[in-house]
Amino acid sequence: MRGILVTLSVLFAVYTVLVYGVGDRLDTDRANSGIRSGMRVWQERNCQSCHQLYGLGGYMGPDLTNVASLREEPRIRTFIRYGTGRMPALAVSDVEMDHLIAFLKWVDRSGTSKVPPETVHWTGTYLINEH
Amino acid sequence: MNKVTRWQIGFALALLLAALIFGAIAAFAFVFPDIGDLIPFEQLRPMHVSAALFWIISGATAGVMHYKREVFTEQGRSALQAVFFSIWVATTIAVFVFYAFRKFGGREYWEFPPILCVPLLGAWLLLMLDYFRAWRHRPTDPPLYVWMWTTGIVFFLITFIEQNLYHVPWFRDTYLREITVQWKSNGAMVGAWNQMLYGTALYLMVKISGDEGIARGRTAFLFWFLGLSNLMFNWGHHLYNVPTAGWMRHAAYAVSMTEFAFFIAIVRGFRKKLEEHRRFKHLLTYRFLVASELWVFLNLILVLLMSVPAINRYTHGTHITVAHAMGATIGINTMILLASLGFMLRVDELAASRKKWIARGLAMTMASLLLFWLALIAAGAVKGYRDVVLGMSDFQRMMQPVFEVLKVFATAGLGLLVGMGIIVRHFLAALRKASYGASA
Repeated sequence: MRGILVTLSVLFAVYTVLVYGVGDRLDTDRANSGIRSGMRVWQERNCQSCHQLYGLGGYMGPDLTNVASLREEPRIRTFIRYGTGRMPALAVSDVEMDHLIAFLKWVDRSGTSKVPPETVHWTGTYLINEH
Repeated sequence: MNKVTRWQIGFALALLLAALIFGAIAAFAFVFPDIGDLIPFEQLRPMHVSAALFWIISGATAGVMHYKREVFTEQGRSALQAVFFSIWVATTIAVFVFYAFRKFGGREYWEFPPILCVPLLGAWLLLMLDYFRAWRHRPTDPPLYVWMWTTGIVFFLITFIEQNLYHVPWFRDTYLREITVQWKSNGAMVGAWNQMLYGTALYLMVKISGDEGIARGRTAFLFWFLGLSNLMFNWGHHLYNVPTAGWMRHAAYAVSMTEFAFFIAIVRGFRKKLEEHRRFKHLLTYRFLVASELWVFLNLILVLLMSVPAINRYTHGTHITVAHAMGATIGINTMILLASLGFMLRVDELAASRKKWIARGLAMTMASLLLFWLALIAAGAVKGYRDVVLGMSDFQRMMQPVFEVLKVFATAGLGLLVGMGIIVRHFLAALRKASYGASA
């Protein structure tokens, strides 16, 4: 029993190192300080309570993974500043707004949230960036 | 039961009530936005989520810290238990104070300012110190539930630290690394508290049946290893659509399919379960455990489907994910916790009228939860169809019929509030009468 437990623990440790180290090998877009500040604004305003990134987060508003390429920037700024419908107006400063936009653009560049049908393999898995 | 355990039980039940109340209001605020004018949804949701999360962890630790005293033949008072609990309570209250002032800063499930993770970590280390000091007096050949408690406690620490690694800039270097580490830890953390809870459920079954053999068999250990493997490697379904390295996706898919073994075991053991039910159905503690097993079965069907990426494509980011989370936290975790707290409070020795009310509360909870769960699945299916199949881009238009279905979910939530409210009321009455010193 102890043997299986030790084996599993070692596999877990190795797998964790692999995930941390090379799991993101396709993403070479490093965050700068503005993007990091934007991420902090995202967290402090609790945007994740209503919005999703890659389908993870709240359900009140739309997924914002690719909003930066789907909507024009002035429109995004207007939405954030004045709100609409269920979206509250966020009292963010101009600098915070710039950082938040930089964060959303960074997320957008990392990939697309929706999985195209042609990436679904017959075994049921996806082949994203593996063709 | 010692004085600290009594307080732990009372605190856990208060958190359950808070989770139910915030959850019921949040559900209506989701469907009827005007309610959100009073308390914004972005405040209600974290209040509900944190109350539920702290209910599960507080209830699980109350049980483990209490039962270990008997299993490890621990004598005397434990000052560490009291210090752990004091820090835990103070930090939990601070979380809600911060939410009340709209001070956020954390991430999904842990949306409070991250500085509060420091006392939580300190409290957990004290809990571990208390546990492993007693561990020295463990039986020579520990039963399975001891291993489950131990791995649950250790993996909670690992995943809690991992959840906070984003404070190290390297972990935020790329968005894919940031999101992967976040959901790796979140997924595994659920597995960690499940280890503590399933261990408790097994301990209770041993106590009810008087058969220590069920915690020592080879098959039981094999299934534990399978569960542990899923804790370690089956978190990838959160990230199927994230363009990380493919092997991460394929590994998660392969490991998740091993859960078919649990499904087959439940189906094969059905006849035995019926026999067991005939023997113990008069016990409330047992009925809570059976309720949790029923939800393991229902949720397993959903999880197995969601774990196939080709199906996950339609369910990811929809309310089907919420159905899975609610089935797990209410149907499985909460039912095991109510069994555990009920066992400690000796609810099976209460007056017949009280027991009848608890049974009614359980029946109402189960009926409401089924409706709640089915409404969420239906809402998710509608969203998945309109989003993926019809490709609708206008979010509000896409969600219109979903909000209609969610009115059923919000109404069922009221049933949950009333049903579990009845149970909590009678548990609190039992807590007031519970005597010190007597071990369950």
